[in-house]
Amino acid sequence: MKKTVLTGSALVMALALSACGSSGGGSSSKTQTLTVLAASSLTETFTDLQKTFEQQHKGVKVTMVFDSSATLEQQAAQQAPGDILATADKKTMDQAKTDKGISGDATEFATNTMVLAIPAANPAKLTSFAGIQAKGIDFLTCVPTAPCGSAAAALLKTNGITHAPASQEVDVKSVLQKIESGEADAGMVYVTDVTAAGAKVSSLPVPHSSDSPNTYWIAATAGTKQAKLSQEFIALLEGREGQGVLSKAGFGKP
Amino acid sequence: MAAVFLVLPLVALVWAAPLGSFWSTITTHESLQALRLSVFTSTVAAAACVVLGLPLAWILARLDFPGRQILRGLVTVPLVLPPVVAGVALLSAFGRMGLIGKPLLDLWDIRIPYTTFAVVIAHTFVSLPFFVISVEGALRATPKSLEVAAATLGADRWTTFRRVTLPLAMPGVVAGVVLAWARSLGEFGATITFAGNYPGTTRTMPLEVYTQLQGDQDTATALSLVLLIVCIAVLVCLRERWLGVR
Repeated sequence: MKKTVLTGSALVMALALSACGSSGGGSSSKTQTLTVLAASSLTETFTDLQKTFEQQHKGVKVTMVFDSSATLEQQAAQQAPGDILATADKKTMDQAKTDKGISGDATEFATNTMVLAIPAANPAKLTSFAGIQAKGIDFLTCVPTAPCGSAAAALLKTNGITHAPASQEVDVKSVLQKIESGEADAGMVYVTDVTAAGAKVSSLPVPHSSDSPNTYWIAATAGTKQAKLSQEFIALLEGREGQGVLSKAGFGKP
Repeated sequence: MAAVFLVLPLVALVWAAPLGSFWSTITTHESLQALRLSVFTSTVAAAACVVLGLPLAWILARLDFPGRQILRGLVTVPLVLPPVVAGVALLSAFGRMGLIGKPLLDLWDIRIPYTTFAVVIAHTFVSLPFFVISVEGALRATPKSLEVAAATLGADRWTTFRRVTLPLAMPGVVAGVVLAWARSLGEFGATITFAGNYPGTTRTMPLEVYTQLQGDQDTATALSLVLLIVCIAVLVCLRERWLGVR
């Protein structure tokens, strides 16, 4: 009896092992993975392009990692898994080059401008950007190390606003989330974020924001093992289809 | 093996720290501001733990009532709750759209998020269970017979607690305070989720480390080392209880 059980369990194990073997072997020969590290303001557009790319490349799985450009730059510099780096400003991409996170040249593929996002209900009854200086208004920006934060800091200065934000969030989607949930009266985000947020968020223009728009840059990482796929993804982005998705979302031409 | 696994990253942290510029890095305005804020909020949170936690620990240790096990279970939930979930929970309660936060805002124009008070709330929420569990254990270890003796000598309940129970349980209370303080000092998830992240008001040391990590890694490493040193100091304070050194 005991022997039967042992034989039985050995059989099950052997089956399990062979199953593992075949699926593992199959996947490595067929499925390839392309990992894209992208600034969080690219969440919606890159998720769109991910689907397009996967349809065009059978057997390729694209993994998107959205975070603050600064965090992603650090990851690329430390050779974390990732084949493509897309940042929301030039400074961060230059830093990636300095830190040897990317080896080749980066290309600019879009621009974006800042607006003041407010909850659709507008609890603070804001009518202009300067209104954020009023007492009792909680407005948010990104941390200055993130592109959305440095852009916000520059615009506050240009507009002569010395009133400090209530909080500096780690990336632009965190700012937007607090506007959507009504936990803040206003927040400085990109025009594309407001478009993506839909009806829950409206916006007010920020004076001088189009004077020096944020530029978006993309490059293959130094550690990539998918050089060909990376170039194809970048080509898709720069082509008619990619640029169409970007302009529909509110991004400007490079 | 396990010891190497636990110690190696800490050694690596010391190794990576910019020793040459260590002092100038941790004495910048931002670093000192974060350190001051952290020490302040952790101390207030530890005090709040004593005020709120001591009665609760006494009730759990001394009173026998239906639902006591459930109450103790509820008290320990924040102990195992992911801190970021604690932050979301605090927002649901005290946020501007929260269960309590919205009436506070509508009726009295009181807003809790983005204030140092919010940091203290987050700290107290996550560290109170540490204090209660530590003190409850200490109270249980004090013999009831001494309290009975005090009562037969004419002491009322409060006098008995103050003059007999509390002095006997003091080591446990002190350990609870230190634990709560250290937990508050290291608090990150609940703070950044609920209180926000702004220098001087809500950016505590762990938040400063996280923020600096995106910009200047040397500063982040140096500040991490400061927190490590504080943690070791806490351990030294508690060595009698945990390491069995006498």
